[in-house]
Amino acid sequence: MRIVAEHLSYTYNPKSPFETKALDDVSLTIEEGEFFGILGHTGSGKSTFVQHLNGLLRLPSSMKRYREKRKKEGECKTVLRVGDFDLASKKTDFRALRRSVGMVFQYPEYQLFAETVKDDVAFGLKNFSDKKLSADEIGRAVRDALAAVGLDYGEVANKSPFDLSGGQKRRAAIAGVIVTKPEVLILDEPAAGLDPLGKRELMELLHRLHKSWCKTVVIVSHDMDEIAENCTMSAVFAEGRVVFSLPPKELFKRHEELERLGLDIPLTAKLCRALGARGVNVDCDFTVEGFVRAVLALKEKGGRA
Amino acid sequence: MYAIEFKDVAFSYGEGGFRIPKLDLAVKEGEFVAVLGHNGSGKSTLARLANGILEAERGSITVFGTPLDEKHLYEVRKQVGVVFQNPDNQTVASIVEDDVAFGAENVGAPREEIARRIDFALSAVGMSEYRHATVSRLSGGQKQRVAIAGVLALKPKIMILDESTAMLDPRGRKEIVDVVLRLNREEKMTVILITHFVEEALLADRAIVMNRGEIVMRGTPAEIFARHEELTTYNLALPRIAVIAQRLSEGGMSVKSTLEIEKLADEIAGELSCGS
Repeated sequence: MRIVAEHLSYTYNPKSPFETKALDDVSLTIEEGEFFGILGHTGSGKSTFVQHLNGLLRLPSSMKRYREKRKKEGECKTVLRVGDFDLASKKTDFRALRRSVGMVFQYPEYQLFAETVKDDVAFGLKNFSDKKLSADEIGRAVRDALAAVGLDYGEVANKSPFDLSGGQKRRAAIAGVIVTKPEVLILDEPAAGLDPLGKRELMELLHRLHKSWCKTVVIVSHDMDEIAENCTMSAVFAEGRVVFSLPPKELFKRHEELERLGLDIPLTAKLCRALGARGVNVDCDFTVEGFVRAVLALKEKGGRA
Repeated sequence: MYAIEFKDVAFSYGEGGFRIPKLDLAVKEGEFVAVLGHNGSGKSTLARLANGILEAERGSITVFGTPLDEKHLYEVRKQVGVVFQNPDNQTVASIVEDDVAFGAENVGAPREEIARRIDFALSAVGMSEYRHATVSRLSGGQKQRVAIAGVLALKPKIMILDESTAMLDPRGRKEIVDVVLRLNREEKMTVILITHFVEEALLADRAIVMNRGEIVMRGTPAEIFARHEELTTYNLALPRIAVIAQRLSEGGMSVKSTLEIEKLADEIAGELSCGS
């Protein structure tokens, strides 16, 4: 499913003293199959944007009153499409949309609530389904989802989710989202609060899901190394606007502009910059592997010359 | 006399639960100690033992010579402030100044004294202008600074930060680190910083690594991060820059491991120019 947003704006608490413009005429396309990174400061509009993608925040144009008013003033130009779903239309089937676009919030383990892991994972499936599912169907889906996040069904299914370890809890919470087999999986800071090894394991899990389970993965992250290492495409939000939409290997060449926005750059980009100042130009994709390969290639070339 | 001293301390969360078999640690006044370790290694348990949230089963914990026991619990608690991970879990009032005053009011400080302490604490964390602001409308970094101010209002001599930056964005993290560094350098505050971030740990005078409830490595942060094999044994990830240096040297370049970008760049540039 391709995600297309054009001229998307959103204001919190409109016409009140707390009015905040969170999105200001945002246009962004996320192609099917990407491992997409969204970055920017807190308050830059990242979360507001992703919350539109499964209808948690709605376009005013999907509301009747707004449309009628707009009809008089001429057409509304906002476009928001996720695959075949037109979110600007009031006819959107939000249940079907939410089956297809899974949303994992920050610290999803805080949302675990059921008595057993298997009930917790099954909840989303029952909630978003439009027909009654048999116990067999539910059981199978839960089993598959737990296996996909690397949890052993026999070991955890009948446990209370609160008896799991921190890392297991987060996996169980993710299982509860992917259980509907969404085509698009959106995660808001999926690795926040984990220790470095936990972070690495979680990113490996997301890559596995990307290969076998969800065609498109979108992560919101503050960690530039994480974006450089994992994403095929990225967008930078600042003050409610998209300022860059580039693959990481292009994005991090613009380190001056990123730093002007107060954003960090990956370690590899810092090294490239420090080497550039010493007259060594390293052209790489800013992953650790890519950087090492590029430097070793330079050495090889220098050695032969 | 040490600021805080753990001597032969043992603790367990009930039978079969996580345990600390034996812990010895002495931190000098004004020292800045980083505590590293993977999740579940006992770091938070250490923090909770240090101000009597948890009680040791064996051994002694003393704070500036005062034993942490039932009789001295409240006295010691005033000396040891703990800031936790989640900013939303440690605010009690809706307005910043009320929140900062809470701890000081609780220990029965006189009214005028409390006002003075709020002034001091808020200015120490750079939040004076937010005195009358609503806590829930602050950013994560600002909330954590308010939490630190609430601890400072108790005038502690030791501050323990238990992954207090883990939920913050890079900007918020820097705000907290700056405040902590200033308190340590200028006010001689003893700091115990529990963290997963290499760059934060590098600011400390000294670091310890915990594994299965025991302190398994001690040294300066740079020394500890240079002991790659041991770090891996204790399930700690190597700093990214160390990984790069290692891969380059495996690829036949003679670069020494370092944690500084400029140094590594010097090494690489030097190696490349002598090769050609």
